Amino acid sequence: MDDLYREVIIDHYKNPSFRGRLDPHDISFADDNPLCGDHIQIDLRVGSDGTITDARFDGHGCAISQASADLLLESIIGKPLEDVKSMGKQDILDMLGIDLGPVRLKCALLSLKVLKAGVYGLGEAGDDLIE
Amino acid sequence: MKRGAMNYDLQGIRSDFPILEREVRPGVKLVYLDSTATAQKPESVIQAMNEFYRRSNANIHRGVHVLAEEATALYEQARAVVARFINAASPKEVIFTRNATEAINLVAYTWARANIKAGELVVLTEMEHHSNLVPWQMLAAERGIRLEFIPLTAEATLDLEAYRMLLAQSPRLVSFTHMSNVLGTITPAAEIIRLAHEAGSVTLLDAAQSVPHLGVDVQALDVDFMAFSAHKMCGPTGIGVLYGKVRLLEATPPFLGGGDMIREVKLRSFRPNSLPHKFEAGTPAVAEAVGFDAAVAYLTRIGMGNIAAHEHSITEYAMERLEEVPGLRILGPTADKKGGVASFTLGGIHPHDVAQILDHYGIAVRAGHHCAQPLHERLGIPASTRASFYLYSTKQEVDALIDGLYQVRKVFE
Repeated sequence: MDDLYREVIIDHYKNPSFRGRLDPHDISFADDNPLCGDHIQIDLRVGSDGTITDARFDGHGCAISQASADLLLESIIGKPLEDVKSMGKQDILDMLGIDLGPVRLKCALLSLKVLKAGVYGLGEAGDDLIE
Repeated sequence: MKRGAMNYDLQGIRSDFPILEREVRPGVKLVYLDSTATAQKPESVIQAMNEFYRRSNANIHRGVHVLAEEATALYEQARAVVARFINAASPKEVIFTRNATEAINLVAYTWARANIKAGELVVLTEMEHHSNLVPWQMLAAERGIRLEFIPLTAEATLDLEAYRMLLAQSPRLVSFTHMSNVLGTITPAAEIIRLAHEAGSVTLLDAAQSVPHLGVDVQALDVDFMAFSAHKMCGPTGIGVLYGKVRLLEATPPFLGGGDMIREVKLRSFRPNSLPHKFEAGTPAVAEAVGFDAAVAYLTRIGMGNIAAHEHSITEYAMERLEEVPGLRILGPTADKKGGVASFTLGGIHPHDVAQILDHYGIAVRAGHHCAQPLHERLGIPASTRASFYLYSTKQEVDALIDGLYQVRKVFE
Protein backbone atom coordinates (compact mmCIF):
# COMPACT_ATOMS: atom_id res chain seq x y z
CA MET A 1 0.00 0.00 0.00
CA ASP A 2 2.27 2.73 1.12
CA ASP A 3 5.87 3.04 0.06
CA LEU A 4 6.82 3.81 3.64
CA TYR A 5 5.36 0.64 4.99
CA ARG A 6 6.88 -1.65 2.45
CA GLU A 7 6.67 -5.25 3.40
CA VAL A 8 10.25 -5.29 4.53
CA ILE A 9 9.45 -2.89 7.38
CA ILE A 10 6.24 -4.61 8.45
CA ASP A 11 7.95 -7.98 8.19
CA HIS A 12 10.90 -7.01 10.37
CA TYR A 13 8.53 -5.32 12.79
CA LYS A 14 6.21 -8.29 13.16
CA ASN A 15 8.79 -11.05 12.87
CA PRO A 16 12.11 -9.72 14.03
CA SER A 17 15.01 -12.14 13.97
CA PHE A 18 17.12 -10.36 16.51
CA ARG A 19 14.74 -9.47 19.30
CA GLY A 20 15.81 -10.57 22.76
CA ARG A 21 18.61 -10.19 25.29
CA LEU A 22 22.14 -11.61 25.41
CA ASP A 23 23.51 -12.98 28.62
CA PRO A 24 26.45 -12.88 28.87
CA HIS A 25 27.19 -9.88 26.69
CA ASP A 26 30.22 -7.69 26.07
CA ILE A 27 28.43 -4.45 25.28
CA SER A 28 25.00 -3.28 26.32
CA PHE A 29 23.32 0.08 25.91
CA ALA A 30 19.83 1.52 25.80
CA ASP A 31 18.19 4.80 24.88
CA ASP A 32 14.83 6.38 24.22
CA ASN A 33 13.28 8.73 21.81
CA PRO A 34 11.34 10.56 24.51
CA LEU A 35 9.39 12.52 21.94
CA CYS A 36 7.36 9.46 21.09
CA GLY A 37 8.32 6.73 23.52
CA ASP A 38 10.50 4.57 21.27
CA HIS A 39 12.92 2.57 23.40
CA ILE A 40 15.82 0.40 22.15
CA GLN A 41 18.22 -1.77 24.14
CA ILE A 42 21.10 -3.46 22.32
CA ASP A 43 23.34 -6.28 23.60
CA LEU A 44 26.45 -7.38 21.69
CA ARG A 45 28.89 -10.26 21.96
CA VAL A 46 32.32 -9.51 20.56
CA GLY A 47 34.97 -12.08 19.69
CA SER A 48 38.62 -11.77 20.71
CA ASP A 49 39.42 -10.56 17.20
CA GLY A 50 37.02 -7.63 17.59
CA THR A 51 34.28 -9.16 15.44
CA ILE A 52 30.65 -8.96 16.45
CA THR A 53 29.58 -12.56 16.99
CA ASP A 54 26.04 -11.99 18.18
CA ALA A 55 23.59 -9.16 18.72
CA ARG A 56 20.12 -8.70 20.13
CA PHE A 57 17.78 -5.75 20.55
CA ASP A 58 14.88 -5.28 22.89
CA GLY A 59 12.41 -2.44 23.29
CA HIS A 60 9.17 -0.97 22.10
CA GLY A 61 8.05 1.71 19.74
CA CYS A 62 6.92 2.44 16.24
CA ALA A 63 7.35 0.05 13.34
CA ILE A 64 10.20 2.06 11.86
CA SER A 65 12.25 2.17 15.05
CA GLN A 66 11.89 -1.54 15.74
CA ALA A 67 12.30 -2.69 12.13
CA SER A 68 15.45 -0.64 11.63
CA ALA A 69 16.89 -2.14 14.82
CA ASP A 70 16.31 -5.64 13.43
CA LEU A 71 17.79 -4.74 10.04
CA LEU A 72 20.74 -3.01 11.66
CA LEU A 73 21.70 -5.95 13.83
CA GLU A 74 21.30 -8.32 10.88
CA SER A 75 23.85 -6.21 9.00
CA ILE A 76 26.54 -6.11 11.68
CA ILE A 77 26.81 -9.79 12.64
CA GLY A 78 30.27 -10.98 11.63
CA LYS A 79 31.56 -7.48 11.09
CA PRO A 80 34.38 -5.84 13.01
CA LEU A 81 33.32 -3.59 15.84
CA GLU A 82 35.33 -0.78 14.27
CA ASP A 83 32.99 -0.81 11.25
CA VAL A 84 30.14 0.32 13.46
CA LYS A 85 31.96 3.53 14.23
CA SER A 86 31.82 4.59 10.60
CA MET A 87 28.12 3.80 10.11
CA GLY A 88 25.82 6.73 9.60
CA LYS A 89 22.40 8.00 8.60
CA GLN A 90 22.77 6.94 4.96
CA ASP A 91 23.46 3.33 5.88
CA ILE A 92 20.16 3.13 7.74
CA LEU A 93 18.27 4.81 4.92
CA ASP A 94 19.83 2.42 2.39
CA MET A 95 18.81 -0.53 4.57
CA LEU A 96 15.23 0.65 4.88
CA GLY A 97 15.12 1.61 1.23
CA ILE A 98 12.92 4.65 1.77
CA ASP A 99 13.03 8.39 2.27
CA LEU A 100 12.13 9.70 5.68
CA GLY A 101 11.08 13.08 6.97
CA PRO A 102 12.90 14.53 9.98
CA VAL A 103 10.47 13.18 12.58
CA ARG A 104 10.51 9.55 11.38
CA LEU A 105 14.26 9.80 10.70
CA LYS A 106 14.76 10.05 14.44
CA CYS A 107 12.81 6.82 14.86
CA ALA A 108 14.93 5.06 12.26
CA LEU A 109 18.22 6.28 13.68
CA LEU A 110 17.55 5.46 17.32
CA SER A 111 19.01 1.94 17.09
CA LEU A 112 22.15 3.21 15.38
CA LYS A 113 22.57 5.85 18.08
CA VAL A 114 22.25 3.19 20.76
CA LEU A 115 24.65 0.87 18.95
CA LYS A 116 27.30 3.52 18.47
CA ALA A 117 26.99 4.82 22.01
CA GLY A 118 27.47 1.29 23.28
CA VAL A 119 30.45 0.72 21.02
CA TYR A 120 32.09 4.01 21.97
CA GLY A 121 31.44 3.22 25.61
CA LEU A 122 29.70 6.52 26.14
CA GLY A 123 27.34 7.44 28.94
CA GLU A 124 24.93 9.08 26.54
CA ALA A 125 23.96 8.80 22.91
CA GLY A 126 24.18 12.26 21.39
CA ASP A 127 22.77 13.24 18.02
CA ASP A 128 26.25 14.05 16.75
CA LEU A 129 26.97 10.31 16.65
CA ILE A 130 24.78 10.14 13.58
CA GLU A 131 26.14 12.05 10.67
CA MET B 1 -24.24 20.02 1.97
CA LYS B 2 -26.95 20.35 4.59
CA ARG B 3 -27.19 23.51 6.60
CA GLY B 4 -26.82 22.87 10.30
CA ALA B 5 -28.69 24.51 13.14
CA MET B 6 -28.58 28.31 13.30
CA ASN B 7 -27.87 28.50 9.56
CA TYR B 8 -24.30 27.34 9.91
CA ASP B 9 -23.02 27.65 6.36
CA LEU B 10 -20.30 25.00 6.52
CA GLN B 11 -19.63 24.96 2.79
CA GLY B 12 -19.48 28.74 2.73
CA ILE B 13 -17.02 28.69 5.61
CA ARG B 14 -14.86 26.05 3.97
CA SER B 15 -14.70 28.06 0.77
CA ASP B 16 -13.16 30.90 2.81
CA PHE B 17 -10.14 28.70 3.56
CA PRO B 18 -8.09 28.27 0.38
CA ILE B 19 -5.82 25.59 1.84
CA LEU B 20 -8.72 23.18 2.32
CA GLU B 21 -8.81 22.66 -1.45
CA ARG B 22 -5.23 21.52 -1.55
CA GLU B 23 -4.19 18.12 -2.85
CA VAL B 24 -1.42 16.88 -0.58
CA ARG B 25 -0.65 14.02 -2.96
CA PRO B 26 -1.79 13.68 -6.59
CA GLY B 27 -5.50 13.03 -6.35
CA VAL B 28 -5.50 13.06 -2.56
CA LYS B 29 -7.22 16.01 -0.96
CA LEU B 30 -6.23 17.39 2.43
CA VAL B 31 -8.28 16.22 5.39
CA TYR B 32 -7.06 18.60 8.06
CA LEU B 33 -7.65 17.27 11.55
CA ASP B 34 -4.89 19.12 13.39
CA SER B 35 -6.45 22.49 14.26
CA THR B 36 -5.44 22.10 17.90
CA ALA B 37 -1.86 22.43 16.66
CA THR B 38 -2.67 25.38 14.44
CA ALA B 39 -5.80 26.61 12.72
CA GLN B 40 -6.08 27.29 9.01
CA LYS B 41 -6.50 30.90 7.88
CA PRO B 42 -9.40 32.42 5.97
CA GLU B 43 -8.72 34.49 2.88
CA SER B 44 -9.72 37.69 4.72
CA VAL B 45 -6.85 37.27 7.20
CA ILE B 46 -4.34 36.60 4.43
CA GLN B 47 -5.64 39.61 2.48
CA ALA B 48 -5.55 41.93 5.49
CA MET B 49 -1.88 41.23 6.12
CA ASN B 50 -0.92 41.54 2.46
CA GLU B 51 -2.89 44.81 2.16
CA PHE B 52 -1.09 46.18 5.17
CA TYR B 53 2.27 45.51 3.54
CA ARG B 54 1.03 46.84 0.22
CA ARG B 55 -0.48 50.09 1.52
CA SER B 56 0.11 50.96 5.15
CA ASN B 57 3.39 49.48 6.28
CA ALA B 58 5.35 51.68 8.62
CA ASN B 59 6.74 51.51 12.12
CA ILE B 60 4.31 52.42 14.87
CA HIS B 61 4.00 54.82 17.80
CA ARG B 62 6.69 57.21 16.67
CA GLY B 63 6.31 58.63 13.21
CA VAL B 64 4.03 61.52 12.32
CA HIS B 65 3.74 60.78 8.62
CA VAL B 66 0.61 59.29 7.07
CA LEU B 67 1.84 55.72 6.91
CA ALA B 68 3.02 55.78 10.52
CA GLU B 69 -0.34 57.10 11.67
CA GLU B 70 -2.22 54.46 9.67
CA ALA B 71 -0.02 51.65 10.94
CA THR B 72 -0.32 52.83 14.53
CA ALA B 73 -4.09 53.12 14.23
CA LEU B 74 -4.35 49.62 12.77
CA TYR B 75 -2.17 48.14 15.49
CA GLU B 76 -4.05 49.79 18.33
CA GLN B 77 -7.36 48.94 16.70
CA ALA B 78 -6.32 45.30 16.71
CA ARG B 79 -5.62 45.59 20.40
CA ALA B 80 -9.05 47.07 21.04
CA VAL B 81 -10.73 44.39 18.93
CA VAL B 82 -9.01 41.60 20.83
CA ALA B 83 -9.85 43.27 24.14
CA ARG B 84 -13.53 43.36 23.19
CA PHE B 85 -13.40 39.73 22.00
CA ILE B 86 -12.42 38.56 25.49
CA ASN B 87 -14.46 41.28 27.24
CA ALA B 88 -11.45 42.87 28.87
CA ALA B 89 -12.31 46.05 30.79
CA SER B 90 -9.77 48.02 28.78
CA PRO B 91 -7.37 47.57 25.84
CA LYS B 92 -4.58 48.43 28.31
CA GLU B 93 -5.05 44.94 29.69
CA VAL B 94 -4.12 43.30 26.37
CA ILE B 95 -0.38 42.85 25.95
CA PHE B 96 0.71 41.52 22.57
CA THR B 97 3.34 38.80 22.86
CA ARG B 98 4.78 36.28 20.42
CA ASN B 99 2.33 33.57 21.54
CA ALA B 100 0.69 31.99 24.60
CA THR B 101 4.00 30.43 25.64
CA GLU B 102 5.70 33.82 25.77
CA ALA B 103 2.73 35.24 27.65
CA ILE B 104 3.07 32.61 30.38
CA ASN B 105 6.82 33.16 30.52
CA LEU B 106 6.18 36.88 30.87
CA VAL B 107 4.14 36.26 34.03
CA ALA B 108 6.76 33.83 35.35
CA TYR B 109 9.65 36.19 34.71
CA THR B 110 8.03 39.37 35.98
CA TRP B 111 5.02 39.06 38.26
CA ALA B 112 6.00 35.69 39.76
CA ARG B 113 9.67 36.60 40.18
CA ALA B 114 8.70 39.77 42.03
CA ASN B 115 5.91 38.29 44.13
CA ILE B 116 6.65 34.64 44.93
CA LYS B 117 9.34 33.81 47.47
CA ALA B 118 11.27 30.61 48.13
CA GLY B 119 9.13 27.95 49.71
CA GLU B 120 5.89 29.50 48.49
CA LEU B 121 3.53 27.43 46.37
CA VAL B 122 2.39 27.49 42.74
CA VAL B 123 -0.46 25.12 41.90
CA LEU B 124 -0.58 23.60 38.40
CA THR B 125 -2.31 20.46 37.09
CA GLU B 126 -1.32 17.03 35.81
CA MET B 127 -2.64 17.79 32.35
CA GLU B 128 -0.77 20.98 31.55
CA HIS B 129 0.98 21.69 28.27
CA HIS B 130 4.72 22.06 28.66
CA SER B 131 4.35 25.80 28.19
CA ASN B 132 2.48 25.98 31.49
CA LEU B 133 4.91 23.63 33.26
CA VAL B 134 8.44 24.45 32.22
CA PRO B 135 8.43 28.17 33.07
CA TRP B 136 7.39 27.26 36.63
CA GLN B 137 9.97 24.48 36.81
CA MET B 138 12.60 26.99 35.79
CA LEU B 139 11.39 29.39 38.45
CA ALA B 140 11.36 26.60 41.03
CA ALA B 141 14.95 25.70 40.19
CA GLU B 142 16.04 29.32 40.32
CA ARG B 143 14.05 30.61 43.31
CA GLY B 144 13.12 27.54 45.32
CA ILE B 145 9.37 27.96 44.89
CA ARG B 146 7.24 24.84 45.38
CA LEU B 147 5.09 23.25 42.71
CA GLU B 148 2.05 21.04 43.33
CA PHE B 149 -0.39 19.57 40.83
CA ILE B 150 -4.16 19.16 40.80
CA PRO B 151 -4.54 15.48 39.90
CA LEU B 152 -6.75 13.97 37.20
CA THR B 153 -9.72 11.81 38.04
CA ALA B 154 -10.35 8.51 36.28
CA GLU B 155 -12.89 10.42 34.17
CA ALA B 156 -10.13 12.73 32.89
CA THR B 157 -11.38 15.77 34.79
CA LEU B 158 -9.65 17.71 37.54
CA ASP B 159 -9.97 16.40 41.08
CA LEU B 160 -11.53 19.38 42.82
CA GLU B 161 -11.37 17.76 46.24
CA ALA B 162 -7.63 17.45 45.89
CA TYR B 163 -7.57 21.05 44.64
CA ARG B 164 -9.30 22.26 47.80
CA MET B 165 -6.66 20.54 49.87
CA LEU B 166 -3.90 22.22 47.88
CA LEU B 167 -5.58 25.60 48.43
CA ALA B 168 -5.30 25.01 52.16
CA GLN B 169 -1.55 25.39 51.68
CA SER B 170 -2.07 29.03 50.61
CA PRO B 171 -0.62 29.03 47.11
CA ARG B 172 0.44 32.36 45.59
CA LEU B 173 -0.59 31.36 42.09
CA VAL B 174 -2.92 28.82 40.50
CA SER B 175 -2.04 28.36 36.83
CA PHE B 176 -4.15 25.92 34.82
CA THR B 177 -5.51 25.04 31.41
CA HIS B 178 -9.03 25.97 30.38
CA MET B 179 -9.14 23.16 27.81
CA SER B 180 -6.66 20.31 27.50
CA ASN B 181 -4.99 20.04 24.11
CA VAL B 182 -4.80 16.25 24.55
CA LEU B 183 -7.94 15.20 26.43
CA GLY B 184 -10.15 18.06 25.32
CA THR B 185 -11.28 18.36 28.94
CA ILE B 186 -12.88 21.72 29.64
CA THR B 187 -12.08 22.68 33.20
CA PRO B 188 -14.54 24.49 35.52
CA ALA B 189 -12.46 27.65 35.26
CA ALA B 190 -14.86 30.03 36.99
CA GLU B 191 -15.07 27.80 40.03
CA ILE B 192 -11.34 27.12 40.16
CA ILE B 193 -10.67 30.87 39.98
CA ARG B 194 -13.28 31.68 42.62
CA LEU B 195 -11.80 29.13 45.02
CA ALA B 196 -8.30 30.40 44.32
CA HIS B 197 -9.34 33.96 45.12
CA GLU B 198 -11.00 32.84 48.34
CA ALA B 199 -7.67 31.27 49.30
CA GLY B 200 -5.86 34.51 48.48
CA SER B 201 -4.21 33.25 45.31
CA VAL B 202 -3.68 34.92 41.94
CA THR B 203 -4.80 32.96 38.86
CA LEU B 204 -3.41 32.39 35.37
CA LEU B 205 -5.48 30.68 32.70
CA ASP B 206 -3.89 28.89 29.76
CA ALA B 207 -6.61 29.70 27.25
CA ALA B 208 -4.68 28.62 24.14
CA GLN B 209 -7.49 26.20 23.21
CA SER B 210 -10.48 27.85 24.86
CA VAL B 211 -10.38 31.35 23.35
CA PRO B 212 -10.34 29.90 19.80
CA HIS B 213 -12.92 27.18 20.34
CA LEU B 214 -15.26 28.31 23.10
CA GLY B 215 -14.81 32.05 23.49
CA VAL B 216 -13.85 33.44 26.90
CA ASP B 217 -15.13 36.35 28.99
CA VAL B 218 -12.33 37.46 31.31
CA GLN B 219 -14.55 39.63 33.46
CA ALA B 220 -17.09 36.86 33.96
CA LEU B 221 -14.26 34.53 34.97
CA ASP B 222 -12.59 37.24 37.04
CA VAL B 223 -9.28 35.71 35.99
CA ASP B 224 -6.11 37.65 36.80
CA PHE B 225 -3.90 36.62 33.86
CA MET B 226 -4.74 34.77 30.67
CA ALA B 227 -2.63 33.57 27.74
CA PHE B 228 -3.61 32.68 24.17
CA SER B 229 -2.24 32.68 20.61
CA ALA B 230 -3.54 34.09 17.34
CA HIS B 231 -2.48 31.17 15.20
CA LYS B 232 -4.85 28.76 16.93
CA MET B 233 -7.81 31.03 16.17
CA CYS B 234 -7.40 31.54 12.43
CA GLY B 235 -4.86 34.33 12.89
CA PRO B 236 -1.20 34.41 11.87
CA THR B 237 1.71 32.90 13.76
CA GLY B 238 4.00 35.23 15.67
CA ILE B 239 1.44 37.04 17.81
CA GLY B 240 -0.36 36.15 21.00
CA VAL B 241 -1.82 37.80 24.05
CA LEU B 242 -1.19 38.13 27.73
CA TYR B 243 -4.32 39.50 29.33
CA GLY B 244 -3.81 40.90 32.82
CA LYS B 245 -5.91 42.96 35.22
CA VAL B 246 -4.75 46.57 35.15
CA ARG B 247 -3.82 46.78 38.82
CA LEU B 248 -1.70 43.61 38.56
CA LEU B 249 0.08 44.73 35.41
CA GLU B 250 0.71 48.17 36.86
CA ALA B 251 2.41 46.59 39.86
CA THR B 252 4.51 44.25 37.70
CA PRO B 253 8.05 45.12 36.58
CA PRO B 254 8.82 45.23 32.83
CA PHE B 255 9.76 42.10 30.88
CA LEU B 256 11.99 42.86 27.91
CA GLY B 257 13.82 46.15 27.83
CA GLY B 258 14.27 48.38 24.83
CA GLY B 259 12.45 50.74 22.54
CA ASP B 260 8.82 51.68 23.08
CA MET B 261 8.51 50.22 26.58
CA ILE B 262 10.16 53.35 27.94
CA ARG B 263 8.90 56.81 28.79
CA GLU B 264 12.35 58.32 29.16
CA VAL B 265 15.93 57.05 28.79
CA LYS B 266 19.15 58.51 30.14
CA LEU B 267 22.60 56.97 29.82
CA ARG B 268 22.31 55.05 33.04
CA SER B 269 18.60 54.82 33.74
CA PHE B 270 15.14 54.65 32.23
CA ARG B 271 11.53 55.16 33.19
CA PRO B 272 9.13 52.52 31.90
CA ASN B 273 6.18 53.40 29.75
CA SER B 274 2.57 53.09 30.85
CA LEU B 275 0.34 50.14 30.03
CA PRO B 276 0.23 48.33 27.72
CA HIS B 277 3.42 49.59 26.09
CA LYS B 278 5.49 48.84 29.20
CA PHE B 279 5.42 45.18 28.17
CA GLU B 280 5.96 45.56 24.44
CA ALA B 281 9.61 46.20 23.68
CA GLY B 282 10.92 46.86 20.18
CA THR B 283 9.03 46.84 16.93
CA PRO B 284 6.12 44.42 17.36
CA ALA B 285 4.46 42.08 14.88
CA VAL B 286 2.39 44.84 13.29
CA ALA B 287 1.20 43.00 10.18
CA GLU B 288 0.36 40.04 12.40
CA ALA B 289 -1.75 42.28 14.63
CA VAL B 290 -3.65 43.35 11.53
CA GLY B 291 -4.14 39.68 10.64
CA PHE B 292 -5.25 38.96 14.20
CA ASP B 293 -7.85 41.73 13.96
CA ALA B 294 -9.20 40.18 10.76
CA ALA B 295 -9.31 36.72 12.37
CA VAL B 296 -11.30 38.00 15.34
CA ALA B 297 -13.65 39.77 12.95
CA TYR B 298 -14.11 36.53 11.00
CA LEU B 299 -14.87 34.45 14.09
CA THR B 300 -17.18 37.13 15.49
CA ARG B 301 -19.13 37.28 12.24
CA ILE B 302 -19.85 33.56 12.41
CA GLY B 303 -20.36 33.67 16.17
CA MET B 304 -18.38 31.76 18.79
CA GLY B 305 -21.57 30.09 20.02
CA ASN B 306 -22.25 28.76 16.52
CA ILE B 307 -18.66 27.63 16.11
CA ALA B 308 -18.66 25.83 19.46
CA ALA B 309 -21.97 24.15 18.63
CA HIS B 310 -20.74 22.97 15.24
CA GLU B 311 -17.49 21.71 16.72
CA HIS B 312 -19.40 19.89 19.41
CA SER B 313 -21.61 18.08 16.91
CA ILE B 314 -18.56 17.00 14.89
CA THR B 315 -16.81 15.82 18.05
CA GLU B 316 -19.82 13.82 19.19
CA TYR B 317 -20.03 12.19 15.77
CA ALA B 318 -16.30 11.48 15.81
CA MET B 319 -16.47 9.82 19.19
CA GLU B 320 -19.39 7.63 18.08
CA ARG B 321 -17.50 6.51 14.98
CA LEU B 322 -14.19 6.07 16.78
CA GLU B 323 -15.89 3.77 19.27
CA GLU B 324 -16.74 1.42 16.39
CA VAL B 325 -13.09 0.76 15.57
CA PRO B 326 -11.87 -2.45 17.26
CA GLY B 327 -8.95 -1.92 19.61
CA LEU B 328 -9.38 1.85 19.68
CA ARG B 329 -9.36 3.53 23.08
CA ILE B 330 -10.43 7.17 23.24
CA LEU B 331 -8.68 9.27 25.87
CA GLY B 332 -10.39 11.97 27.84
CA PRO B 333 -13.84 12.61 29.25
CA THR B 334 -17.29 12.10 27.76
CA ALA B 335 -18.34 14.34 24.88
CA ASP B 336 -20.27 16.71 27.13
CA LYS B 337 -17.15 17.64 29.06
CA LYS B 338 -14.77 18.18 26.20
CA GLY B 339 -13.95 20.45 23.30
CA GLY B 340 -13.10 19.39 19.76
CA VAL B 341 -10.18 17.08 20.49
CA ALA B 342 -10.15 13.29 20.10
CA SER B 343 -6.95 11.62 21.22
CA PHE B 344 -6.75 7.86 21.14
CA THR B 345 -4.61 4.74 21.10
CA LEU B 346 -5.17 1.98 18.55
CA GLY B 347 -4.28 -1.44 19.89
CA GLY B 348 -0.52 -1.82 20.07
CA ILE B 349 0.08 0.22 16.93
CA HIS B 350 2.39 3.11 17.58
CA PRO B 351 0.86 6.55 17.01
CA HIS B 352 3.66 7.47 14.61
CA ASP B 353 2.71 4.54 12.43
CA VAL B 354 -0.98 5.45 12.65
CA ALA B 355 -0.31 9.05 11.68
CA GLN B 356 2.05 8.04 8.88
CA ILE B 357 -0.46 5.73 7.25
CA LEU B 358 -3.28 8.26 7.67
CA ASP B 359 -1.02 10.80 5.96
CA HIS B 360 -0.94 8.52 2.94
CA TYR B 361 -4.68 9.21 2.63
CA GLY B 362 -4.20 12.95 3.07
CA ILE B 363 -5.39 12.89 6.66
CA ALA B 364 -3.44 15.21 8.94
CA VAL B 365 -3.47 14.19 12.58
CA ARG B 366 -0.82 14.52 15.22
CA ALA B 367 1.13 11.75 16.95
CA GLY B 368 3.33 11.87 20.00
CA HIS B 369 2.87 13.38 23.42
CA HIS B 370 1.50 16.71 22.15
CA CYS B 371 3.74 18.71 24.49
CA ALA B 372 2.24 16.95 27.49
CA GLN B 373 4.72 14.27 28.53
CA PRO B 374 3.69 14.23 32.20
CA LEU B 375 0.07 13.73 31.18
CA HIS B 376 1.00 10.76 29.03
CA GLU B 377 3.05 9.32 31.86
CA ARG B 378 0.01 9.69 34.10
CA LEU B 379 -2.10 7.91 31.46
CA GLY B 380 0.49 5.16 31.25
CA ILE B 381 1.21 5.53 27.54
CA PRO B 382 4.28 6.88 25.72
CA ALA B 383 2.28 8.60 23.00
CA SER B 384 -1.15 9.00 21.43
CA THR B 385 -2.73 9.97 18.13
CA ARG B 386 -4.79 13.14 18.11
CA ALA B 387 -7.48 14.29 15.71
CA SER B 388 -8.93 17.74 16.32
CA PHE B 389 -11.81 19.72 14.85
CA TYR B 390 -12.69 23.33 14.21
CA LEU B 391 -15.24 25.54 12.50
CA TYR B 392 -14.49 24.09 9.06
CA SER B 393 -14.49 20.36 9.97
CA THR B 394 -17.04 18.05 8.35
CA LYS B 395 -18.59 14.68 9.12
CA GLN B 396 -17.13 13.41 5.83
CA GLU B 397 -13.68 14.18 7.20
CA VAL B 398 -14.48 12.12 10.28
CA ASP B 399 -15.62 9.28 7.99
CA ALA B 400 -12.34 9.52 6.09
CA LEU B 401 -10.46 9.27 9.39
CA ILE B 402 -12.36 6.12 10.35
CA ASP B 403 -11.76 4.53 6.94
CA GLY B 404 -8.09 5.41 7.33
CA LEU B 405 -7.95 3.78 10.75
CA TYR B 406 -9.36 0.55 9.32
CA GLN B 407 -6.57 0.68 6.73
CA VAL B 408 -4.02 1.13 9.52
CA ARG B 409 -5.35 -1.96 11.25
CA LYS B 410 -5.07 -3.90 7.98
CA VAL B 411 -1.40 -3.02 7.56
CA PHE B 412 -0.59 -4.28 11.02
CA GLU B 413 -2.71 -7.36 11.39
